[in-house]
Amino acid sequence: MTDAPTATASSVAAATGAEALPKSRFDTLPLLLTAIVALAAWPAVGSTSTWLTLTFAGLAMGMIVFIAASGLTLVFGLMDVLNFGHSVFIALGAYVTTSVFAATLGWTSVASLAPTLAAVFVAMLAAMLLGGVVGLGFERVIVRPVYGQHLKQILVTIGGAIIGEELIKVVWGPAQIPLPLPEALRGSVLVGDAAVEKFRLVAVVVGLVVLIALLYTLNRTKIGLLIRAGVQDREMVESLGYRIRRLFVGVFAAGSALAGLGGSLWGMNQQIVVPQIGGQVNVLLFIVIIIGGLGSTLGCLVGALVIGLMTNYVGFLAPKLTMFSSIGLMVAVLVWRPQGLYPVTNR
Amino acid sequence: MLLDRLFSHDRPRNRWLAVVLVAIVVALALTPFIFPGTKALNVAAKVIVFIVLAASFDLLLGYTGIVSFAHTMFFGIGAYGIAIASTRIGPTWAAMALGALAALLLSAVLSLLIGLFSLRVKAIFFAMITLAVASAFATLASQLSDFTGGEDGLTFKVPEALRPGTEYAAEPFLGASIDGRFVTYYLIFVVALLLVLALLRIVNSPFGRVLQAIRENDFRAEAIGYRTVVYRTIASVASALFATLAGVLLALWLRYNGPDTTLSFEIMLDVLLIVVIGGMGTMYGAVVGSVLLVLAQNYLQDVMKIAASAVQDVPLLAQVVSPDRWLLWLGILFVLSVYYFPSGVVGRLRAMRRN
Amino acid sequence: MSASPSLLSLAGVHTHIGAYHILHGVDFEVPSGQVTMLLGRNGAGKTTTLRTIMGLWSASQGSVVFDGRRIGGPAAAGDSGQAPPTPEIAQLGIAYVPENMGIFSDLTVRENMLLAARQAKRAAELDTTRLEWLFGLFPALRKFWLYPAGKLSGGQKQMLAIARAMIEPRRLLLIDEPSKGLAPAIVQNLIAALRELKATATTVLLVEQNFAMAKSLGDSVAVMDDGRVVHRGPMAELAGDEALQHKLLGLSLAAHQ
Repeated sequence: MTDAPTATASSVAAATGAEALPKSRFDTLPLLLTAIVALAAWPAVGSTSTWLTLTFAGLAMGMIVFIAASGLTLVFGLMDVLNFGHSVFIALGAYVTTSVFAATLGWTSVASLAPTLAAVFVAMLAAMLLGGVVGLGFERVIVRPVYGQHLKQILVTIGGAIIGEELIKVVWGPAQIPLPLPEALRGSVLVGDAAVEKFRLVAVVVGLVVLIALLYTLNRTKIGLLIRAGVQDREMVESLGYRIRRLFVGVFAAGSALAGLGGSLWGMNQQIVVPQIGGQVNVLLFIVIIIGGLGSTLGCLVGALVIGLMTNYVGFLAPKLTMFSSIGLMVAVLVWRPQGLYPVTNR
Repeated sequence: MLLDRLFSHDRPRNRWLAVVLVAIVVALALTPFIFPGTKALNVAAKVIVFIVLAASFDLLLGYTGIVSFAHTMFFGIGAYGIAIASTRIGPTWAAMALGALAALLLSAVLSLLIGLFSLRVKAIFFAMITLAVASAFATLASQLSDFTGGEDGLTFKVPEALRPGTEYAAEPFLGASIDGRFVTYYLIFVVALLLVLALLRIVNSPFGRVLQAIRENDFRAEAIGYRTVVYRTIASVASALFATLAGVLLALWLRYNGPDTTLSFEIMLDVLLIVVIGGMGTMYGAVVGSVLLVLAQNYLQDVMKIAASAVQDVPLLAQVVSPDRWLLWLGILFVLSVYYFPSGVVGRLRAMRRN
Repeated sequence: MSASPSLLSLAGVHTHIGAYHILHGVDFEVPSGQVTMLLGRNGAGKTTTLRTIMGLWSASQGSVVFDGRRIGGPAAAGDSGQAPPTPEIAQLGIAYVPENMGIFSDLTVRENMLLAARQAKRAAELDTTRLEWLFGLFPALRKFWLYPAGKLSGGQKQMLAIARAMIEPRRLLLIDEPSKGLAPAIVQNLIAALRELKATATTVLLVEQNFAMAKSLGDSVAVMDDGRVVHRGPMAELAGDEALQHKLLGLSLAAHQ
């Protein structure tokens, strides 16, 4: 038996610490895309203050879309499941928010910030919980029987979306429900010349929290490591002794919880909730994750921010073309990188 | 046998299915006489149009194995072609022909582009992209109001011969009033019949067999020497053209077209439901499925009303069987079909024969 | 001759993949504490055999027994009604280095190693003694510790793949054609590393086409052809018999240096 040479703490530290060779160059080009879009719009918009307002609105929308889409892309990356029923969780989040706001009218009708934020927080929590729980059921009943069969997945999850939307109508009724922003969150804050809507601030903050939490989980925990490895090569992860299938359910539920959160914020953003609300955002989500690269969280972020910005700029400059600008952007990205901005290798 | 050749040797292969199909064809052929009233005629016309639309989708999904959500786009193009031609040029046969031709051309070009694009990306990607494209097209249609009538759509006139006001006989014949509607109905019926037979011919031709081989295993098909690119593209274009013609028929019947009539995602879902519940890759599934869906859409609600009144005091339950929630039950049926009847009603019936 | 007890034994294993019948009754034993070579031409079924052992493919007939426990074959179903899934088989102490190496390219070398070390929850918990030993065998690992593994060269990736299998003590290593596509100099490094592994008396089942490598590492050998084992015995026996080598593998000792 060979005796391994005794390791000194410093030699191992040297290997594991910063003195090792610097990390290879990180692919920043797609990140710059966000800046490029923002800067390109500046002259087009003309006024700086308007541009600032639009940019912030775009970032806020981007954050909301990112929250809703992050689950979708992760679920696809890890489990190879494309969930066309993702819209159900989004809609649930929005609807639950209406219920929570209705129940906490005392908190939200007051102009002070603290009770309002508390109500918003409760709504978001409820949205996540409901999304997660329904997600668990969805995975069990609808998705699990068709693992590995893409065509059936598409069909079945669409069926699930139909059923989900109808059940929402059963519980909340088919009519649209207004979701007015609470007193304390209406209006804007002035940053220099630009008006920044208060709600948008909240959205950006929530988005950042989610982003940080996601990045931390994915990059600093072993579970995150398993997920990232599983996205690349599920079989090898199992060969290393991990029951990754058990992780699937958890990831799916987390993804649907995030969708619920996204739905809650989206509902507040739109200020009106209809049963089709999930479907309306769904197309945007698909565009975002295609741009970002299926399975990539960072790509999803960039895609969402870029789409958010684009939608707001074009919405200001030529409102009729917003949908087209998004699709045009998607096509342009695909021409540049056919698998999206940050393709996950080994797919 | 002439009948065999007419159906391109693709027989129903099951007594019940044959009976059902014959019943459907006869019922549709004689609707003006058997089922009085405008509602019945409207329902029948809708069934006919959806049969063609679903059959064209089956060519794409069931036979070629391509999942595309952009199918309603071509449906809409056909309908708008007629609508715009009539509005801009005038309600003449020449204008109709021009509109239809222009629509077919546009559909051909678009489906060619989409078809070629589908081959460069993976199936899942493609499905999502077609969803986005269809969405964009619907938005476009509702925004180009000068051209398409926007959200409100276009109401237009059809050629004199087809107008409801045009009377061919003073007295009703065997219960049916012989007017422009009558003629339109039979025009649609005959054209649809021809289109379905044509589709049967296509899927049972050597071309169709190659499509099925590609659907099963495109690697092997390519290895044997078939240029899958070519076949898939042709199938995409053919499917789009048939859908366009279905749109033409619909427009002639409704004398109206708007974004919601042909381009909405609901229609896409309906087609999906029809093909899956009816049976993918069978063509006859489109027939059976269309009848089921359209009848359900129009008459199931009446049935559910009865059930609803029985449980109207039970809070949530009342909502669940409320006739407005018929789509819920259809959705459940759809999901169950995908799991337990992957080959649909037609497939099930055919499988019964072997037992 | 007292035979080492078999750590792994396959008896009458048949494997079907879809419509294809790949293994037609594979029988052999892997003695404990030794390196057993699995040789054969391309398409003989060697990779399929490893994958069957690992549970990635199911054996439709026969049995795979590891340390007295049935892990493959129809009778392995036991209480749960299903053969043990791959993660469970791996947890019994089997490490698998597949032909494509199974490196996670987007993850750093460090993260690859961390993943392979089931006991460690964070990099700080890795067994530093063992890690240093591996750095000694595979210096590139230390050099590229924080690099994405995808940036490594082919040979370095192979080293990483094997190091992953060695980061914790395992009862059995299954290695599939490690020398494939590697330059001769790298292969020498590989052989040296595997010799050190062998010195730890770890049981190894090594699939190789490089006969020189097989000769220098193997204690016993099983040769496959057409989904069956057509020869079993000590390595020395095969190494000394050029006619047998030629017959079984279509080569002579002189052909591979």
